[in-house]
Amino acid sequence: MKSFKLILNVWRQKSGNADGKFVRYEVPDVSEHMSFLEMLDVLNEALIGRGEQPVAFDHDCREGICGMCGFMINGDAHGPLPGTTVCQLHMRHFHDGQELWLEPWRARAFPVVRDLMVNRSAFDRVIAAGGFVSVNTGGVPDGNTLPIGKLDADRAMDAAACIGCGACVAMCPNSAAALFTGAKISHLGLLPQGQPERNTRAERMVTQMHAEGFGHCTSTGECEAVCPKHIKLEVIARMNADFLRAKLRSRD
Amino acid sequence: MQLDAKVPSGPIEKKWDQRRFEMKLVNPANKRKHTILVVGSGLAGASAAASLAELGYHVKCFCFQDSPRRAHSIAAQGGINAAKNYQNDGDSVMRLFYDTVKGGDFRSRESNVYRLAQISVEIIDQCVAQGVPFAREYGGLLANRSFGGAQVSRTFYARGQTGQQLLLGAYQALERQIGLGKVEMFPRTEMLDLVIADGQARGIVTRNLITGKLETQAGDAVVLGTGGYGNVFYLSTNAKGSNATAIWRAYKRGAAFANPCYTQIHPTCIPVSGEYQSKLTLMSESLRNDGRIWVPLKKGDSRPPSQIPAEERDYYLERRYPAFGNLVPRDVASRAAKQVCDEGRGVGPGGLGVYLDFKNAIERLGEPVVRDRYGNLFEMYERITGEDPYQVPMRIFPAIHYTMGGLWVDYNLMSNVPGLFVVGEANFSDHGANRLGASALMQGLADGYFVLPYTIGDYLATAKPAKVEAASAPFTDAEREVKARLDKLLGINGKRTVDSFHKEVGRILWEDCGMARTAEGLKRALQKIPELREQFWKDVAVLGGEGEVNQQLEKAGRVADFLELAELICLDALDRAESCGCHLREEFQTPDGEAKRNDADFSYVAAWEWKGPGEQPALNKEPLSFEHVHLAQRSYK
Ligand SMILES: Cc1cc2nc3c(=O)[nH]c(=O)nc-3n(C[C@H](O)[C@H](O)[C@H](O)COP(=O)(O)OP(=O)(O)OC[C@H]3O[C@@H](n4cnc5c(N)ncnc54)[C@H](O)[C@@H]3O)c2cc1C
Ligand code: SF4
Ligand code: FES
Repeated sequence: MKSFKLILNVWRQKSGNADGKFVRYEVPDVSEHMSFLEMLDVLNEALIGRGEQPVAFDHDCREGICGMCGFMINGDAHGPLPGTTVCQLHMRHFHDGQELWLEPWRARAFPVVRDLMVNRSAFDRVIAAGGFVSVNTGGVPDGNTLPIGKLDADRAMDAAACIGCGACVAMCPNSAAALFTGAKISHLGLLPQGQPERNTRAERMVTQMHAEGFGHCTSTGECEAVCPKHIKLEVIARMNADFLRAKLRSRD
Repeated sequence: MQLDAKVPSGPIEKKWDQRRFEMKLVNPANKRKHTILVVGSGLAGASAAASLAELGYHVKCFCFQDSPRRAHSIAAQGGINAAKNYQNDGDSVMRLFYDTVKGGDFRSRESNVYRLAQISVEIIDQCVAQGVPFAREYGGLLANRSFGGAQVSRTFYARGQTGQQLLLGAYQALERQIGLGKVEMFPRTEMLDLVIADGQARGIVTRNLITGKLETQAGDAVVLGTGGYGNVFYLSTNAKGSNATAIWRAYKRGAAFANPCYTQIHPTCIPVSGEYQSKLTLMSESLRNDGRIWVPLKKGDSRPPSQIPAEERDYYLERRYPAFGNLVPRDVASRAAKQVCDEGRGVGPGGLGVYLDFKNAIERLGEPVVRDRYGNLFEMYERITGEDPYQVPMRIFPAIHYTMGGLWVDYNLMSNVPGLFVVGEANFSDHGANRLGASALMQGLADGYFVLPYTIGDYLATAKPAKVEAASAPFTDAEREVKARLDKLLGINGKRTVDSFHKEVGRILWEDCGMARTAEGLKRALQKIPELREQFWKDVAVLGGEGEVNQQLEKAGRVADFLELAELICLDALDRAESCGCHLREEFQTPDGEAKRNDADFSYVAAWEWKGPGEQPALNKEPLSFEHVHLAQRSYK
């Protein structure tokens, strides 16, 4: 098993109000089979051993599905490997002596909480504004009364795969949340269940998105390139179309 | 302790109707005056919180992640069962009920399981209405697959992300209620104690994980949907934050803990690669539909798999279980893998692995079909191991996956503490000694959408909880105790990291209370665990302060609880001198190495009662009787 040395410059910031700075650490024994977060675990165990505060970072599933992890590695959200969350990034993609710079998502709507952790609750509020179908529990028709073509179902699933990690926002020069918001609007808008509220949904979610301080989309496409779940730019087109139609409708 | 399961009278298929009819209702105008505290936002917690709010209750919901959408349920891959019989292959409520009772090796309560099978069909309808993008056939109808050893196709799925899509459905319903002001959501908030006033569960003590602030919350009922405790083993397929703290604190406040030793080991996980390993990754069980499991016939055969000819391979599941082959239930498949590895025939580093081979499937179906079915799983495997499963067989090994044990609940999902309800994996209810694939999602949503919202109303209408103040003595006392405990952890200033203790207790359990257990090993573990716990309280290093983000402090609290729970698990495993489901005691096996139950002596739910520090917990028994599914030795031959 190959092992090697890494140099890490990690953003350390005690709390949201405190100033932060990069601190340099060496990790001498990195195995190529470790995940990136396991490498940080090893660093943290060593730091605790020396009586130093471990690096705080968010994570939970470590399987690329909960969307909890995420930070910048040398300017790339979730690191250099496309289509991968940082918890699923393995060290075989790095080499001996490499120097890395780790910092949290940088966006007005995602304030830093500590070190590599940020507050992404703005995403929840965007969903609360309209990212649902308004049905209560009970009294719904049989699942098979509503046939949905496989193609539509597949495309809805493609959009529904978003894990809400925020990498798209972190990578966007405008800190826009269009890919995230467009993904939910597309998931529901592609399905018959989502039609009754299609216009109001788009209008409310887009309004909330702007109220949270996310920037305007200028179609740079950085979000699509970094998204670990391959959400496509077309979801933004769909969001814009639904939003425009909602605006036109609400005028008559 | 009185354990009254409160099972309704009447024939089994009428029991749930009967109960719903008997229940008292809360006047709609009064519902908003009742505050209900829901801890957990997984499938069980989120579905309960949303449904209760829709009914008009005032709900407060708590989770430790930064958003309710990230609960561990999100990671479920394979699917969710329902007795829809859409495939016309002979499924029915009765068959799902039968399979679940048998699969649980006759250690679950029949009435609960029957209700679960009945409700299963409503869950699918509800999720479809929410816009959950289940897989579809070309004609537009819902697709199904057979899963986890079922002989009918009753599993609904959304690619390999079923848990994610079901949870997002429940999360969106929850967010809708949050937007409407009906649910107050408290993310990054951890429950650290339960508050009991006048014998009823009336509140919780929480810590804000950003500011460190301790708070008390009062309500008319408390619902725990805090998930399973598999992480007591350190290495498991659970999310890193999954923990037992909420249910353990409730246990120490008087709630009975049922069947703690029933822990499920999943046969298809990626093997451990090194000491730094932080968790184990599940490869969906659906892979066993087309993959063939084998090891070399010869011990210590180190040739690469491609150079081992067919006649020198042992497809041991197909050989031992010709009827079910690679699709035998999880406990059986896991044990068989352990046996071949114990014989020295395991593959990969340390000989702790078996092959899961797709070569025949690729030949039979073509690579595109295999890619369509399992593409994302193959990708995940390659990302983690650096090996391409289209070219070389996967290596898999069993890992801790699910805990059937949990807080004891009656038919209404209420624990023995009035007003404390427990839903989802956190309760012990429906899976007996072994859970079948695709049935945890079903249970979590059945509990949260369709059972709890009714039964809690009955409780409130009957018990009529009096007003309480979050500033009264039981609350302030509990908060003071929590504070003292945190201070103590921070004041130890020892040398060993929290993780090192967690790994060690996990190793003890895996060795002596894992896939195969003996009285001797369990006694050894019961010796070691208290020693380790003592060392923990003397020598653990928890840096930083209380009033800040402190992930070490969070972990330390959880590991302290695991160190106590581990002992109860072993005690329960020792007490249960039989084999059943996932609990294999080596002393009790059939001649060909299968689990041998002892129905005369052990047909009971073991509900353990906390008796105070240093005291032996008391064992209470809820007898189980089987009137509809005939008690029989399980056979998958
Ligand atoms: C990898 C994997 C794959 C699986 N696949 C399947 C499958 O295909 N089909 C199937 O049926 N089952 C599957 N399961 C099992 C199933 O996913 C779980 O049993 C189920 O999702 C548990 O749901 P839950 O709502 O009970 O708890 P969880 O989803 O674990 O939610 C627990 C909630 O409680 C909160 N919480 C916990 N402790 C505290 C505390 N102290 N204070 C505040 N909040 C707290 C958490 O924040 C979280 O919101 C799988 C499990 C794993 C690990
Ligand atoms: S769109 Fe992609 S990058 Fe953005 S939050 Fe969703 S998964 Fe993450
Ligand atoms: S930790 Fe869940 S996606 Fe990375």
